[in-house]
Amino acid sequence: MRARRTPEPYLWLLFSGGGVVAALLLPVLVLIFGVLAPLGVIEPPPAARVRALLDPLLVRLALAAVVGLCLFHAAHRIRFTVEEMTRGGRLDVVLAPLCYGAALTGTVIAVLVLF
Amino acid sequence: MITLQVSRYRPGQDAEPVFQDYEVPLRSDWAVLDGLAHIKDHLDGTLSFRWSCRMGICGSCGMTVNGEPRLTCGTFLTDYGEGPIRVEPLRGFPVIRDLVVDIDDVLAKLAHVKPWLIREGEELPLTAEYTQTPAQLEAYKQYSMCINCMLCYSACPVYALEPDFLGPAAIALAQRYNLDSRDQGDRFDLLATDEGVWGCTFVGECTSACPKHVDPAEAIQRYKLTAALTSVRNLLPWGRS
Ligand code: SF4
Ligand code: FES
Repeated sequence: MRARRTPEPYLWLLFSGGGVVAALLLPVLVLIFGVLAPLGVIEPPPAARVRALLDPLLVRLALAAVVGLCLFHAAHRIRFTVEEMTRGGRLDVVLAPLCYGAALTGTVIAVLVLF
Repeated sequence: MITLQVSRYRPGQDAEPVFQDYEVPLRSDWAVLDGLAHIKDHLDGTLSFRWSCRMGICGSCGMTVNGEPRLTCGTFLTDYGEGPIRVEPLRGFPVIRDLVVDIDDVLAKLAHVKPWLIREGEELPLTAEYTQTPAQLEAYKQYSMCINCMLCYSACPVYALEPDFLGPAAIALAQRYNLDSRDQGDRFDLLATDEGVWGCTFVGECTSACPKHVDPAEAIQRYKLTAALTSVRNLLPWGRS
């Protein structure tokens, strides 16, 4: 049989984990902080309260995980969508590191911002 | 009457497939396959195509109808209004003649996943029964409905790009046995490869194309979870089997 040392299972776990997180949490977060608060439908929480909310280590870890997983989800999707649209599986050697690299960079930035 | 634009390819005669128009009666109870049979019986006996059951059971009449993979015995002429209707061989397969394609590759892939009940240890006598509860039957029944029509392969963009990809029906077939309570086999080495489930990018076209609601895309996603968890477990020093 062919060798089955492949990073795909782990990338896929990040992708599917990201899919769940993105579907469950992202709409709520975007609705509250991206739509309702800026539009004044709800009172935008004062910066001090947001900061207080972010104070527990666990909350910051969770938020970093949410951002990271969503980014890896997007990276995986973009990687395969581009490959299918350009009919170029050969692009993968460049595209895969690029996509996941960007996701990793984004995650690192999120961690730096949060901590 | 309605026009069928039929792809013709006669090796030795046509350098490449050409379209030929035929007028067939537009009857409300006629499927595209009936139109082709009318051509063969009354207009042009040289037209070649595969069919058998005419009722969506044998899986041999798959063709590309107006660009979509369809069972021609279940696709009605009246669904296409005034026409014309374009009938081409199943995409993604080498054409042998007219509407007949070479399916050896998929047949080999179906056999490759060990599609039988694998038992370990002592065999019970042949007269022994292996009973199942309705719930145990339900666990795999959907995947056992496949008729090997190969519409899913024709619809799959990954198979088109990557001919080594094991593909939707073969993976669904493997799951049909994996999820059977009587099966004790391990198909991890066959399925958890870049040509197996990891080749799938979850486009979902296979499930849209499937006439028997097998939902091969779901079968693949479910095995991805199984395979990913197994891979993680194999990484752990105490998890190796
Ligand atoms: S899974 Fe569906 S589309 Fe694919 S071969 Fe089986 S019946 Fe046909
Ligand atoms: S002729 Fe048997 S499935 Fe169409």
